[in-house]
Amino acid sequence: MTVLSLARRSLWNRRSTAALVVFSVALSVALLLGVERLRTEARESFANTLSGVDLIVGARSGPINLLLYSVFRLGDPVSNVSWDSYQKLAAHPQVEWTVPLSLGDSLRGFPVIGTTTDYFEYYRYGRGEPLRLAQGEQFDDVFDAVLGAAVARRLGYGLGDSIVLAHGTGAVSLTKHDDKPFTVVGILAPTGTPVDNSVHISLEGMEAVHVDWRGGAPIPGLSIPADRVRNMNLTPDSVTAVLVGLTSRRAVFQVQRQINTDRSEAMMAILPGLTLQQLWDLMRVGENALLAVSALVLLVALTVMLTALLTGLNERRREMALLRALGARPWQIFALIIGESLLLSLLGALLGVLLLQGLALGAAGWISGQLGLTISLWPPTLHELKILAALLAGGILVGLWPAWRAYRNALADGMTIRM
Amino acid sequence: MNAVSAPVQAPVLALHQVSFRWRRDLPPVLTIPAFQMAAGERLFLAGPSGAGKSTLLALIAGIAMPQAGDVKVLGRSLPGLGAAARDRFRADHLGIIFQMFNLLPYLPVLENVMLPCRFSPARRQQAVARDGSQEAQARRLLGALGLQADTLLRRPVTELSVGQQQRVAAARALMGAPDLVIADEPTSALDADRRLEFVELLAQECDASGAALLFVSHDMSLAGRFPRQLNLAEINEARPEGAS
Repeated sequence: MTVLSLARRSLWNRRSTAALVVFSVALSVALLLGVERLRTEARESFANTLSGVDLIVGARSGPINLLLYSVFRLGDPVSNVSWDSYQKLAAHPQVEWTVPLSLGDSLRGFPVIGTTTDYFEYYRYGRGEPLRLAQGEQFDDVFDAVLGAAVARRLGYGLGDSIVLAHGTGAVSLTKHDDKPFTVVGILAPTGTPVDNSVHISLEGMEAVHVDWRGGAPIPGLSIPADRVRNMNLTPDSVTAVLVGLTSRRAVFQVQRQINTDRSEAMMAILPGLTLQQLWDLMRVGENALLAVSALVLLVALTVMLTALLTGLNERRREMALLRALGARPWQIFALIIGESLLLSLLGALLGVLLLQGLALGAAGWISGQLGLTISLWPPTLHELKILAALLAGGILVGLWPAWRAYRNALADGMTIRM
Repeated sequence: MNAVSAPVQAPVLALHQVSFRWRRDLPPVLTIPAFQMAAGERLFLAGPSGAGKSTLLALIAGIAMPQAGDVKVLGRSLPGLGAAARDRFRADHLGIIFQMFNLLPYLPVLENVMLPCRFSPARRQQAVARDGSQEAQARRLLGALGLQADTLLRRPVTELSVGQQQRVAAARALMGAPDLVIADEPTSALDADRRLEFVELLAQECDASGAALLFVSHDMSLAGRFPRQLNLAEINEARPEGAS
């Protein structure tokens, strides 16, 4: 008790140095916990990009490739699934619902998805959250479009605006479907998933803009006006991928095998959760690097503390000799230094948690809008408590060396002080 | 050996055939066949620097241990005690004043004076028994030493003059009625005209609390203020030439 209160007073006397040490420990704690929390949230959010979908079906390629273009709208599909196969799949007795996806066009760099209104019903993200319209309604007409939250915000589109889709997925496209503009009828609420970056139109709409095209280019001399297109048969020949929900999850491997071994067409079915996990594992190197960097920052902070303690030791030799003369035992001198390092790391940890908490509170809106992540620090997870405990243990460990030196000095110096 | 009036109680300090060397391969710094101080006695111990004064004080405080012989404080043989018991013994029975920098810079004056009570419950009880509370005793001692202004007692000790600091140190040494006060060149940082005053005050307060005073100094002008004077060279048979 005596010793700890002396440690506290002594520390207060050197508060400017102590504050710097506490601050550096706090910053590193905030960084480490922040990275840790973001990492966990990001992984969770990533794994929840898509939920409630049992299988994703596409042309036979690689599972990660299929996942990338069907869910993340990245890269290009190798080939499509024929409309017949899609129909067959939709009619499969163990298939409860299907959502066809047709990709290939874009709106100023944002991917355009041709789909059905089932998309709005069955697409789930996070812990089974459905898509929600922030404004307007689902598409109904051939030339209706529903924008993801980020598309509307970044491009500044509102309900009723007219948009022109471009052929291909590049940000700059030379060929535009400017003869058949679409109208924005709905804007989705933010989800933090690739849905935010997507433009949704009906399969018929997708077909309509390509009705006078062949082989990826307009047929020269043939231009069918939009109002005439409405009356044509707009059933597509193929779709890019199909999201599938089964009547029973237990059938998932059976149905997957049936699709994978279908002789009529080279198709592939993947389990989204599993493939998302594989994809995340690919990024583990970066994740670990981030963690390693924050751990190193913590090490630096502890080194700062060690430096401060060792530097202070020489100035405080007189203090130690004095305490010895008053009857302080060598272990009390030892405890004085250990207590100080413990106090410094405790304050650092506390301030770090507060700092991060404040930051999380202040930036919560921005983070959830930009990243779709909800960062909350309270209550801390077991893992985070372990990190804090490790920090305190590190603080004690760091205090051991100067404490041992002070102990030795106290024994050697006795009451006199040899400078 | 000086034949002082026969002590009525056990001597507060008794050294017998003491020999001390810092390292085995060095000659002894101290070889003291016999040295005693009676309870409540005030002794002026002179000696040039390097004569082993600080070493002697470390032996008496139980921080250094002699290689041979016995150091008895209040009849208790220090070499016979364990390290922990010696630290406790020092806390309970000794008050020590150094040449300078006696005070903890992070404690205010009053708390500096009360420090011995933090390390010794016995001293705390003594203080409470005599003056009602630790703080009352600290204030009484400071007042007797000429430091009573409340504003002064609340100031950081670093803002006090050296003379004031030494008086605070004296008050602390006397806190809780120790049996022996050791003052190691306590006046050497003071102005000449302040030295005498300090010695007078210290002597007066030691008498008042019944503490023996071992006053170590090389300033012979102060020796006359003590009933008994002694040169370390008289009792030390070793002839150290190096550092203390």
